[in-house]
Amino acid sequence: MAEYAVELRNVWKRFPGPGGEVVTAVKNVSLQIYDGEFFALLGPSGCGKTTSLRMIAGFELPSEGEIFIHGRPMGKTPPYQRPVNTVFQSYALFPHMTIGENVAFGLQMKGVDKKEITRRVAEALEMVRLSGYEKRKPKQLSGGQQQRVALARALVNRPEVLLLDEPLGALDLKLRKEMQLELKRLQREVGITFIFVTHDQEEALTMSDRIAVMEGGVALQVGTANDIYEHPNCRFVADFIGETNFLDGKVAEVDTDKARIELPGGVSLWAHTPQRVVVGQAVTVTVRPEKMHIRPNATDINQVTGYVTDIVYIGTDTHYGVVLIGGQTIRVREQNYAADSRLLAREGEEVCVRFSIEAARVLTE
Amino acid sequence: MSAKKQSPWLTLVSILVYFFLYAPIIVLIVFSFNASRTNVVFEGVVNQGPCGPFYWYCELFRNRSVMDATRNTLIIAFTSTVVSTIIGTMAALALQRYDFFGKKVSETALYFPIVTPEIVMGIGILVFFSAVFGWINTALALAPSQRLTMGLGTVIVSHIAFSIPFVTLVVRARLHGFDDRLEEAAMDLGANEFTTFRKVTLPLIAPGVLAGAMLAFTLSLDDFIITFFTTGPGATTLPIYVYGLLRRIVTPELNALSTIWVLVVLIVVAISQWFQRRE
Amino acid sequence: MIQHIRENRRLQGFLLILPAMFVMVMLLVIPLTLTVITSFGQRDADGNVIYTFTLENYWRLMGFTEQGWDDLYLRILLRSLWLAVQTTVIVILMAYPLAYFIARSPEKRRNFLLFLVLVPLWTNFVIRIYAWVMILRSQGVLNSTLGAIAGLLNVPFQPLDLYPSQTAVLIGMVYEFLPFMILPIYTSLEKIEPSLYEAAADLYANAFRTFWRVTVPLSMPGIVAGTILTFIPVIGTFVVSDILGGRQVILVGNLVQRQFLDARNPPFGAAASIILLVMTLVLTLYYTRRFGLGEEIAAG
Repeated sequence: MAEYAVELRNVWKRFPGPGGEVVTAVKNVSLQIYDGEFFALLGPSGCGKTTSLRMIAGFELPSEGEIFIHGRPMGKTPPYQRPVNTVFQSYALFPHMTIGENVAFGLQMKGVDKKEITRRVAEALEMVRLSGYEKRKPKQLSGGQQQRVALARALVNRPEVLLLDEPLGALDLKLRKEMQLELKRLQREVGITFIFVTHDQEEALTMSDRIAVMEGGVALQVGTANDIYEHPNCRFVADFIGETNFLDGKVAEVDTDKARIELPGGVSLWAHTPQRVVVGQAVTVTVRPEKMHIRPNATDINQVTGYVTDIVYIGTDTHYGVVLIGGQTIRVREQNYAADSRLLAREGEEVCVRFSIEAARVLTE
Repeated sequence: MSAKKQSPWLTLVSILVYFFLYAPIIVLIVFSFNASRTNVVFEGVVNQGPCGPFYWYCELFRNRSVMDATRNTLIIAFTSTVVSTIIGTMAALALQRYDFFGKKVSETALYFPIVTPEIVMGIGILVFFSAVFGWINTALALAPSQRLTMGLGTVIVSHIAFSIPFVTLVVRARLHGFDDRLEEAAMDLGANEFTTFRKVTLPLIAPGVLAGAMLAFTLSLDDFIITFFTTGPGATTLPIYVYGLLRRIVTPELNALSTIWVLVVLIVVAISQWFQRRE
Repeated sequence: MIQHIRENRRLQGFLLILPAMFVMVMLLVIPLTLTVITSFGQRDADGNVIYTFTLENYWRLMGFTEQGWDDLYLRILLRSLWLAVQTTVIVILMAYPLAYFIARSPEKRRNFLLFLVLVPLWTNFVIRIYAWVMILRSQGVLNSTLGAIAGLLNVPFQPLDLYPSQTAVLIGMVYEFLPFMILPIYTSLEKIEPSLYEAAADLYANAFRTFWRVTVPLSMPGIVAGTILTFIPVIGTFVVSDILGGRQVILVGNLVQRQFLDARNPPFGAAASIILLVMTLVLTLYYTRRFGLGEEIAAG
């Protein structure tokens, strides 16, 4: 067995557009997905994540580059000869077949004998907790149930890789949360590599071992949820995952892995520099709101002054909007962990916002 | 639309329109029991021979020309329906699901027969076949008995031609809401193109194909104009036969024929409805 | 080869359309081209076509003959057009209320009511016209019924002289094509969301205004489809006029048919049928440009 369950090597996909022009949906994407991993392709709609998934499934062929599944180049292999199965966004359950027939379809195509099919279908339906639904038609099931049938229909074939295209998109919030945990449980149970496409960052963070953030056909960053949240490598990733503050400024002084950044209004702060920067370079500093404090804290070196413009109290936290001297606005999130938390400032009050060097990250892209 | 209380005027107008639609049918049926041979005035119920009031019905079944015409009509309708349904469905799939060179032209070509008066198409086909047959007959110097002439073949071919666009139209309407993901799902689950078509695409578009076939069959059964120009010896269909009769004397036999016709269609429809309900 | 077809969707589409296009070329394109060629020809004494290039047949149709001006054929063309317009308008006026009535009936009853519209279509086209002969002729059902009523009311009764006549032709045409108007109009009416009526009412439209501003515009696709399905067959037919109009009512269809089968002048008949085709296409094109394509043709 090769090291990777799926590998995309310099994959491009171009489509003819409606006006005859060429639309590039996927641009030079290279990804390595490990065996047994729960991997998410995350990005806004039109970012190329679904196209990438469809190329792994074989519904689309790459214009350039190659896709490997367990080390085997897929080339022009049609979908029905690939060791992967897909759970579709709209489930794509065959409306003219019963649930049992739907789940049995793949096994019938493989030529598995009848007794074995019956046994495995029952097993698969039990796994998604739909035993006894064999004789029903898809129309008679709720959205959540259809979703689980789609899962059973794919998993019953024991694919090497399971592809999921926004499978929870059509469900309501509560059901979606339930299914997220359910999917995670199933993945551990069957030990199959899951590749999951979603535009919902929270969903990606909740479920995945690793995430690839895509935008404009490019895979911007690949890493664990923690990596991506704490060490975003560009402005888009920092912005797309969670909430963050951006402060624009110029590099004034460079140390080994940190730099002093001057903001408009004469304020300056120290920030961590993952990439090399030079003095005078225009950069953006990102600081997560929960890593900023209004409350005095001795270890925080950076201090910027501003006025509170608005306060949102949401129980666990309080959000403060602050406009800095130079005119840039930031949001600060203070946790209300004390037994009797009170507001730390009033609207219009001048405050000093503090944060550590590590919390501030210089982004060059 | 929701069901609401209907205005009495609307109801009255609707009943009158229904009456207009049914009056001729009722007249047709009643006169099939007419005692008068000339069938101009209703002179009481016929009671003649072993069949009694159904005298004209029995006469009908003894009439060889009618039986021949019925046979021809059915042969033409069945053959042209099968062929035009297959070709029309293929064209619908191509136009709805594929992109290819000449798609716009094909679309227009298939729309054209629908907006062309039948007589123009009939004349065209007549001119075409007489030219081709004349040319072949001369070129091969065929003896009079071997010469190619208009007949069942030319009628069937013409019916196929005018049915295809209608089949395509109906099947395309059905394909319009078709979810391509279903085919991808089948392929994803290991079915090749052929199996996918047989197990997923075809069952799902079957109602549309069936509706197209029904339309083609009805059009063929009912067609007069194109048949009129493309028929030849030994290929008289019922409409052509009836038209010929109208120029001579019409007996209540014709009414008996149309009564049976309506009954047969009603039975066929009832059976198909019953099948649909069982689904 | 198979591999090649499998990978090339464009080729797949092309192969699927091929048989239909073959049939269309053989039985539509080539025949129409031949008709055009024939229309420029002449006939010899035996009624055989001599292929030359002359516009004589078209001139004759326009009224220019060797004997001078004769608008015989122009009048036939106009009569056909006028009859087609009359038929279409009457059919719309009769079909709309019924389609509306069916669309507003309880859902369970709609299919049955539609079924009732279809039943008359299942008798034969020619037989349906014959039924009207039985009704309209001087000693026919209509006159005897009216006579009986007049007798009961003790009023003098002059039998109507309807058969053969142009009115009879009109009645026959309306009868033949009424169902083809009802079905598409019904389909488009049935599609209208009930909430639209409520929205119109909510925005202060009364029933009459709702009908004109919401119902009629939204049912236009049905009317367009029905018009195409009525107008084109009416303008080209010769059967209805032949049977119900006798020798009095000659339409383009009759003209074409007689030139081919009785008068044995195919070039002249071909010219007439080309004029008919051009007239139909121009009108259809104008009509569909003006009112949109009749998507609901499929319903008929």
